[in-house]
Amino acid sequence: MSRYARSPIALVVYAAAAALSVPAQAQQASPGPVKLGIVSFLTGPAASPFGIPGRNGAEIVIEALNSGKAPAPFNQVGLGGAKIEAKYVDEAGTVANVVTEYRNLVQRDQVDAVVGYVSSGSCLAVAPVAEELKTLTVFYDCGTPRIFEEKPRSYVFRVSPHATMDSIGAARYLLAKKKNLTSFSGINQNYAWGQDSWRDFLGAMKVLAPNATPDKVLFPKLFAGEYGAEISTLLTSKSQALHTSFYDGDLESFVYQEQARGLDKRMTMIMTTGEAAIWRLRDKLPDGTIIGGRGANGPLARNSDISKWFQKIYTDRYNTPPTYPAYQMAQSLLGLKLAYEKAAQGGAKPNAEAIAAAFKGIEFEGPAGRVKMALGDGHQGITETAYGTYRFNKQKKEPEIVDIIRYPAECVNPPPGVEADKWIAEGMKGAKCN
Amino acid sequence: MLLTLFAILTDGLVYAAYLFIVAIGLTLIFGVMKILNVTHGSFYAFGAYAAATAVGIYANSDLPAALGFLFMVGLAMAVGMVMGLVLERGILRLVYGRDEVIVVLVTYAVFLILEDVIVLIWGPRSYAAYQPMVAAGNTEIGDLVLSNYDLILVAIAGGLAAITYWALKFTRYGRLLATVIFDRETAAAFGINVTLVYTVTFIIGAVLGAAAGAIMAPKIAITLGIGVEVIVLAFAVVAIGGMGSIEGALIGALIVGICRAAAVHLFPQIELFVIYGVMALVLIVRPYGLFVRAQPRKI
Amino acid sequence: MPTRAHLIGGLMFLVAAAAAPVLPDWIASLVTIALANALVVLGLIVLWRAGLVSFGQALYYCIGAYTVALLARWTGFTDAVGLVLLGGIGAGIVAALVGALLARYREIFFAMLSLALSMILYGVLVKTESLGSTDGFTVATPTFFGYPLHGQTLGLFLYWLTLVVDAIAAVLVSAYFRCVVGALAAPIRDNEIRVEFLGVSVSGIIHAKVVIAGVLGGLGGALAALSIGHVDPNMAYWTTSGSFVFVTILAGAGSVAAAFIGSLVFEAVRSIAFDVMPSLWQMTLGSVLLLTILFLPEGLGSLAGRLHLRSGQK
Repeated sequence: MSRYARSPIALVVYAAAAALSVPAQAQQASPGPVKLGIVSFLTGPAASPFGIPGRNGAEIVIEALNSGKAPAPFNQVGLGGAKIEAKYVDEAGTVANVVTEYRNLVQRDQVDAVVGYVSSGSCLAVAPVAEELKTLTVFYDCGTPRIFEEKPRSYVFRVSPHATMDSIGAARYLLAKKKNLTSFSGINQNYAWGQDSWRDFLGAMKVLAPNATPDKVLFPKLFAGEYGAEISTLLTSKSQALHTSFYDGDLESFVYQEQARGLDKRMTMIMTTGEAAIWRLRDKLPDGTIIGGRGANGPLARNSDISKWFQKIYTDRYNTPPTYPAYQMAQSLLGLKLAYEKAAQGGAKPNAEAIAAAFKGIEFEGPAGRVKMALGDGHQGITETAYGTYRFNKQKKEPEIVDIIRYPAECVNPPPGVEADKWIAEGMKGAKCN
Repeated sequence: MLLTLFAILTDGLVYAAYLFIVAIGLTLIFGVMKILNVTHGSFYAFGAYAAATAVGIYANSDLPAALGFLFMVGLAMAVGMVMGLVLERGILRLVYGRDEVIVVLVTYAVFLILEDVIVLIWGPRSYAAYQPMVAAGNTEIGDLVLSNYDLILVAIAGGLAAITYWALKFTRYGRLLATVIFDRETAAAFGINVTLVYTVTFIIGAVLGAAAGAIMAPKIAITLGIGVEVIVLAFAVVAIGGMGSIEGALIGALIVGICRAAAVHLFPQIELFVIYGVMALVLIVRPYGLFVRAQPRKI
Repeated sequence: MPTRAHLIGGLMFLVAAAAAPVLPDWIASLVTIALANALVVLGLIVLWRAGLVSFGQALYYCIGAYTVALLARWTGFTDAVGLVLLGGIGAGIVAALVGALLARYREIFFAMLSLALSMILYGVLVKTESLGSTDGFTVATPTFFGYPLHGQTLGLFLYWLTLVVDAIAAVLVSAYFRCVVGALAAPIRDNEIRVEFLGVSVSGIIHAKVVIAGVLGGLGGALAALSIGHVDPNMAYWTTSGSFVFVTILAGAGSVAAAFIGSLVFEAVRSIAFDVMPSLWQMTLGSVLLLTILFLPEGLGSLAGRLHLRSGQK
């Protein structure tokens, strides 16, 4: 109801009311709510692993911000004193649907900024539209480096690091733990995410361990559910390690099926997104599995105050610890908040250009560590990443990640101006790992 | 090499068993009622979710694992039965006699609705029901380790094939079905209660779909959207074998299963194309699938 | 010869064209996509009149879209009108080739073989990592007769272009329905052997229908690609085909106008469902479809006819 009341006439009324109230309340006037569109998968197979944790992360962070209870420097109410009003939209459907719904958010619902998108396809399709509509848009989970490599963007930001560092971190950790590795295999989903993950991992391995060779390279269909033949193939391989970027449903199905056949006894598994699944797999995930979480998220996060705070409010509300999509959402919202408040110096509601200018190159400490908007001309964040080894603690009956190794942001991300693919192929020159 | 060959055979058999279990309910309904039942995906999903619920209940008791498996499948079948009955009596009944495509779309509409009913009942999170597979253990053959649950799967598929074959050829109801399949109008003219046959067939199909979900549940993560994946797979198997033919579904499942296993072991790059490639090839050579004779055309 | 339907259609066309500049952008872009998809639906109606349903119409949609996107990417040719025509031609050529095969098939086998073909294209595109695999890639901004346009103006011109293509398609298809070959659709659906006895090649007619539907699908895909600004392999996936069939049934095969009405209603319902019930939109869509089938057996297109009848009685 209220949505449709915001017709042009209602807007005029609002504007008039706002104009009248300004002199009376002077500088202290709250400038009316800031409307955010939050887009993630609410239905379909990507809802449970990414969409819902992302939405929950948004819900809890926005609530904390609106009540002004977030720790400093995030303790100002909402965004610069203005309460946040969020509208949640489903990312499901074709890119046509995603783009249409994006336009609806901006033009029909008049949101001030959009935060969201899990699928890289959605991000690639939305980016040009965001530029066209001059609307500040923060991508939170999608991983492809192409977004800022294909074109410079003015209104689009991504606080979460892109997926390149997941694969490089995985290769570095694997080699740190297995110095005599001679052969490795990979099983990844047959679509862009799986293909990119494997390509980067393979590239990094070629640079870091030229003597290790890939053996079985498997690409089962997305959401295949049945991996009998793949597991047999891997059982006949002599590889010491198995790389996988599987997530959620596929990851869990694969783990159940490989455990029944003891594959993990023969090779160490490296799961680049495993962190999102540990709270459901629990003792079903083999001890010794190498776990990543697309950055220093969840149990891989540093023990900072802001990190502990986020973990606590999330766990208290949803009865399960936050997984990396929730951290990514939190980081994105907090980054937006800082940029917004930096641009809002003076009290008035800043426009998209001002926020974008303030957002560029920003640095801050969030639940997932220190972010530097270093790539893509200050639009793409980098953080450190961490990998660790999984262990199910039988006394406490809860998952643990031990032997954590942290890799500084400049060690696993390309330097500004260099394309991720090329950087890996040319030997990751200039990586600063100490 | 020998090991690979053996692996291809066993993997192919296991995958074929999976396909057959998933497809048999669909082919039965199509054979008798000429309905391409998209709701089959929902039966599968509800079966799997019901199995997860059953495992949740059962995990808190101390009864033996084998009994738990029966409880799981039993609960799923009960769910399938209720769903089949309600759907056939409540909705499909209203569109009999309409264009075939319309009926397909009705089942599609119901499928869409049921996808969200799942969210309403179970929420968007994923479930697991792995206990029976763990309890089944594994068998080592040379370098290869086989899951005993996969062997059970093959046995179940074989059993299902045998039972349906027997039921269709040697029971009274089976012969009634054969008559209805051959010519519905003539069957009705001879006093066969076609309406009842339809209801019973649809319920059996639904029960088989739900049972398939429950049988597969221990191997997979039960998440939103598992039904969608299964529909096209089942369609493909059924189209290859010949719509409505049980032998066809069996052979179709075996062909796809072996081809896919061979692809994974030998040419992993083409795995994505196997099912549709085989389907296109079979349809090009045999336009009505492998096991259906061309219908006599009425002038 | 202009009929009353032509008159009403022409009037609607003018109203829609004139309304564009005052429509909010989000409605204009929603309508553009709906009208682009309507072309695919129109193609499905051509087939459905002869009793054929394709579960793989996304094949042509995707080919139209990728033709546009690839031409713009590889050759730098960005003229919107030229690209859309080439998209239609590209899909038409593919339809002519696979149609030679498909024309032998009927009923569910026609549907399943179409499905298999579209899924094979999907697989090929997923495997093509240089084109972004499932992420797809951005379509270059089109130009109109050498003039580069941006933002709202571009949206407006794409809206008009879609409207013009739709109008031409509507006129041609309705002419086709009334010519002898087109009018044979219903007899083919009822009993094709009798049609053969008239000395007509049924498979020839069906081949032609597959090509017509393919060209329409390609045009729709081309327009959609320009309007969305992005293409991905999902455009060939079976669920995309499924939603086109969904709209076709919603619309009904009664008239050419049904395709446009159905497509607009579908897009509107989908968008409202996303807005009002973000996590239960599938249920809303399913219920709408179910109720339409149960209570409007001839589809939404028949509503117009009913109103027409009623006003005639007065």
